[in-house]
Amino acid sequence: MTRLVIAITALIGILFGYMGSAHAEFKVEVSGVGITQIPIGISEFRSTELVPQKIAQIISADLDRSGQFKTANPGVVWDENTRPDFIILKQKSLDAMLTGSITKLADGRFEIRYRLWDAVKSEDMGGQKFIALPADLRLVAHRIADQVYEKLTGDKGIFSTRITYITKTANRHMLWVSDSDGENAQAALTSPEPIISPSWSPKGNELAYVSFETRKPVVYIHDISTGKRRVLANFKGSNSAPTWSPDGKNLAVTLSRDGGSQIFLIDAAGGEPKRITQSSGIDTEPVFTPDGSAIYFVSDRGGSPQIYRIPSSGGPVQRVTFSGGYNISPALSADGKWLAYISRTGAAYKLQLMELSTDKVSTLTETTLDEKPSFAPNGKLILYATQIQGKEALMTTTLDGKISAKLAGQTTNIREPHWGPFLKP
Amino acid sequence: MKSFLSLVLVIFITACASGVKLNDVPVEDKSGAKPSSDLTSIKPAPTQSETQPQSKVEPVTPSTNENYASGPANTGKIVYFDYDSFSVKPEFQSVIESHAQFLKANPRARLSLEGHTDERGGREYNLALGQKRADAVRQSLSLLGVGSGQIETVSFGEEKSAVQGNSEAAFSKNRRAEFFYK
Repeated sequence: MTRLVIAITALIGILFGYMGSAHAEFKVEVSGVGITQIPIGISEFRSTELVPQKIAQIISADLDRSGQFKTANPGVVWDENTRPDFIILKQKSLDAMLTGSITKLADGRFEIRYRLWDAVKSEDMGGQKFIALPADLRLVAHRIADQVYEKLTGDKGIFSTRITYITKTANRHMLWVSDSDGENAQAALTSPEPIISPSWSPKGNELAYVSFETRKPVVYIHDISTGKRRVLANFKGSNSAPTWSPDGKNLAVTLSRDGGSQIFLIDAAGGEPKRITQSSGIDTEPVFTPDGSAIYFVSDRGGSPQIYRIPSSGGPVQRVTFSGGYNISPALSADGKWLAYISRTGAAYKLQLMELSTDKVSTLTETTLDEKPSFAPNGKLILYATQIQGKEALMTTTLDGKISAKLAGQTTNIREPHWGPFLKP
Repeated sequence: MKSFLSLVLVIFITACASGVKLNDVPVEDKSGAKPSSDLTSIKPAPTQSETQPQSKVEPVTPSTNENYASGPANTGKIVYFDYDSFSVKPEFQSVIESHAQFLKANPRARLSLEGHTDERGGREYNLALGQKRADAVRQSLSLLGVGSGQIETVSFGEEKSAVQGNSEAAFSKNRRAEFFYK
């Protein structure tokens, strides 16, 4: 009898699981196989029908995208107050199990509770409850994914962080802020003229970017929750490539006001820029080291674009990339150990990763028009723009290149992504 | 296989028809399952606002005010460049001379030289390359005696293609500097 009950439960689970994915709000396309992935069961939260957001599926997609988990729906709904059936979990070779519930409160908000189980030791790993407005339900799902990730890997999760990117339709350029999975996108700026190079402030409340709305490139700083914005750099000539110092007090920008394209530091409140680089050619795409002491940037001073490093107060320049004739768009991991950049080989533009302690370089992608890498704040994923079958797309990849995922949500031209910082809960 | 599927379907329909909820399906549990009081307490997350979603983004639409002036009549307003090149080709010298004469005759005229690249390569690097093209045309105008106060050089990089497409024909029309009077 027990066997039959389990079998029926599993069959119904398969059916419901299937229906669930058919009604899912999005599908994460994950490709590749990791070597060590934690198998975790994530069942529907009890009373999931109360909310349109598929909480369990958002969490599963987050964990799958990380490359460090393999999620499965065991097809049985247990809430956070029920001890799961560890026999079923062992039969399905699951090492962990996430359960939870959703309750509607009288004031219209929702209470979401979860509990994580160690299915190997049959032990309770604790849980949490969240009270959230309907608009923040996806955020709660991402926070739960963050906590599961941290409890099981020891590293901080990045799913509740946000990303920014640009879309372009015929004559409409839009700056977006979305969840880290590309969903829940909200437009911050809609302009008839191009927008490029959005860059998050270290607190995650402001974006600096280049807008051509006055028929020239001008750098703005934009508070995304209020919509208030100010001009940071509008000097004679072109103003571009803004990037924040780690303490948020300054930005490095590229200005052509003194001739050529050179890197300057400018106070985040505005004011007179201080020139950092000195060359007769192009110096651009600055990015600070995590301690703020140095800037990596692109320069053609050696005849072709290569990545260099300079103290952030100016000084001697050190070349970083040597192989290939076109290396651009540097990005640094928060621990300062990894440099991601784009390298041209023939007609292909490929995402590269350099381990700075060894100068060892690896190619991470199968795509050939990669652009603009940026690291997740925990340094475990890289976000970049590329093209898939002639269409612009945003993707994430693990640092070993083994697991990549296409972010969903937008079908138009989509580009210029930048991964935001950790946010205060 | 067919009978297996119909069995599944029957079970499914029965489950639905009888209103049995998933979590009511009896599951034998050898671990001694019970809504147990020995579980660790669920801790509350930090309190959130009751009215203001945390993830809200306020949308902005800038107004663009385009006020253009006209430059010299019957003169080309575009200079094209070769691939990866910033040198002004001799065939465009007459165009540049016409603009130089106009600027010298109209000292209050203000020219914006706008550099562009084709779509290949990085956007920021292309912005800097487009700047080099605009600067090259300014240099030619300066040699003809135009004051630098009358000219601003800016770049659109690859952002404003004149011609769409990824053929060399399209690329060659996009590698350009445009004269724009304000």
